[in-house]
Amino acid sequence: MSDNVDTSRAPRRIGKPASRVSRLFESRQLGWAAFAIAVLFPFVLASNYAMSIGTTAVIFILLASGLNIVVGYCGLLDLGYIAFMAVGAYTAGILSKAWELPILFTIPAVVGMCILAGLIIGGPTLRLRSDYLAIVTLGFGEIIRLTANNLSVTGGPSGIYGIPGVELFGLDLSAPVPFYYFCVVVVALMVLGSARLGKSRLGRAWRFVREDEDAAEAMGIHTYKVKLAAYIFGAIWGGIGGVLFASHLSAISPQSFVFLQSALVLMAVVLGGMGNTRGVVVGAVVISLLPEFLRDLGNLRYVIFGVVLVAVMVLRPQGFWPSRAYEPEQPKDVKDDAGPGPGAPVATAKEGTP
Amino acid sequence: MSPLLEVRDLQIAFGGVKAVNGLSFSADAGEIVSVIGPNGAGKTSAFNCITGFYKPVGGKVVLDGADITGKRPAVIAATGVTRTFQNLRLFPDLTVLDNVRGGMHLYGGQNFVDALFHTPRYRKSERAYTREAHRWLDFVGYKGGRGIPVRNLAYGQQRQVEMARAMARKAKLVLLDEPGAGLNHSEKQELLELCRKIRDLGAAVVLIEHDMGVVMEVSERVVVMNFGKEIADGTPDQVKANPAVIEAYLGKADDEPVPPPTAAAVHDAEAAANEAAGSDGSEGGRG
Repeated sequence: MSDNVDTSRAPRRIGKPASRVSRLFESRQLGWAAFAIAVLFPFVLASNYAMSIGTTAVIFILLASGLNIVVGYCGLLDLGYIAFMAVGAYTAGILSKAWELPILFTIPAVVGMCILAGLIIGGPTLRLRSDYLAIVTLGFGEIIRLTANNLSVTGGPSGIYGIPGVELFGLDLSAPVPFYYFCVVVVALMVLGSARLGKSRLGRAWRFVREDEDAAEAMGIHTYKVKLAAYIFGAIWGGIGGVLFASHLSAISPQSFVFLQSALVLMAVVLGGMGNTRGVVVGAVVISLLPEFLRDLGNLRYVIFGVVLVAVMVLRPQGFWPSRAYEPEQPKDVKDDAGPGPGAPVATAKEGTP
Repeated sequence: MSPLLEVRDLQIAFGGVKAVNGLSFSADAGEIVSVIGPNGAGKTSAFNCITGFYKPVGGKVVLDGADITGKRPAVIAATGVTRTFQNLRLFPDLTVLDNVRGGMHLYGGQNFVDALFHTPRYRKSERAYTREAHRWLDFVGYKGGRGIPVRNLAYGQQRQVEMARAMARKAKLVLLDEPGAGLNHSEKQELLELCRKIRDLGAAVVLIEHDMGVVMEVSERVVVMNFGKEIADGTPDQVKANPAVIEAYLGKADDEPVPPPTAAAVHDAEAAANEAAGSDGSEGGRG
């Protein structure tokens, strides 16, 4: 190995998808295919057990796609992500119990609390860089859990139980199969949302920050605000996950939000392929379902689970399905827009505001 | 009329080392100003102060009448300053087009609600981003692939992409930190042409350059720095004849014998001056 060569800047084989299979993987219809699989799953297996596992997996996909905004797009290592799910779950649980609100009516409050939590946690910490940020988020994750463990409004160590199921337009969706479908629809929309955010101006800004923070700043991107936005979006995604989680189990306690859960969500993102929504969905499915498939092996299953994870990371460190930097050379819809663009290069023109 | 960029008595210190120590110069719109000086003279530090990456400890930076001293880099960028970096600072894992779109962040045109619902505003602004990115890549004469990650490009092409990204900012002041480093002769000629094209758009171009051939050919004005301060400011011919400049580069006639040049880059200002004195055959040789 040559020590004096910076291989991190060497060309990688990430370019135009070469084979037909790769092109299939890039196809736009793939999201519909995944949705169809999720919809058809109850027709294959509709036992309460299968529905419970399926619902958990779907909620896990939501968490992973939320963390993907923070870690995958923006490159901020967050080791306490489950705290946002706890904030969402407890907010929904407390409000629905205290005021007997239908659980969906708590969502505005959940979103508000998550934005607040994102600001409180992100505000002071996002001035830090990489390693320090990771340590602080780890601390905040624990603080949220310990707070829930010690407050009376959160039910202390025994938590909150009797959280109502989902009711929509007078329809009771709390039975396993309807609730599974409800989760599939919500999560599909949220995953689509996170993918769309990733392809927008804001999503590009997140990637610029991930790739080179100073260069992004020099291009007029207020990196602190952009990182805070990533944090807040991640928090909202996590909070909605918390609402579904609370409604699914009808009981929550601090033990649901231990560090292991944060680590598992992060693992789903890294294993699937950071920054690529499709990869992250696959990673989340693998992480949540693999232990179930290995259930026959008894206590050995977590050993095998661990070995499989290590093997994947050694053989494919970029994840199952990494994001691929590629776009068509000349998208054909560029030229048919006859409207006036930002105009010919005029250096003295005052351009827009941030 | 006051100049577009005015730097007055700028100072920055790292520990006891005063990297920039009372620098003053100005640049007008439609003008190419070169900043030259021996290694360690404080040129890049001065750029970093102007663009906000370093907080100056003294002095003022005024752009178009507005005081931008010590503001956040993003805020300074928004007032109309763009720059390139001495060592390429691209976004290596993103495509060429995305890198150029990086310079267009302040164009706006969409918010996250537009992105979530793919509103017509979103589609329109995305098309505009793409069209502009192609336009700026054409402007700098980039001929390589545009949908591939910049990591895979040759060095000269990466330089062009960085230039396109900086230009896409449509700034009033363009700061180029050694844009010619690592380029061959014909690439440098293209760079000269490009600098003139940028000037003709009405921007002020300030460049740091070591290649005297480039500097003397392209600049309207040359600012010579040494020990963190400007020691000469004038047309290329005036600067060439200035005794202080000759002294900085070649040493005084009655000096002690100049020590041989060292290969390692020396950041200490005094050592840097000595090195420059030793290695200055660069006028023709490096071009």
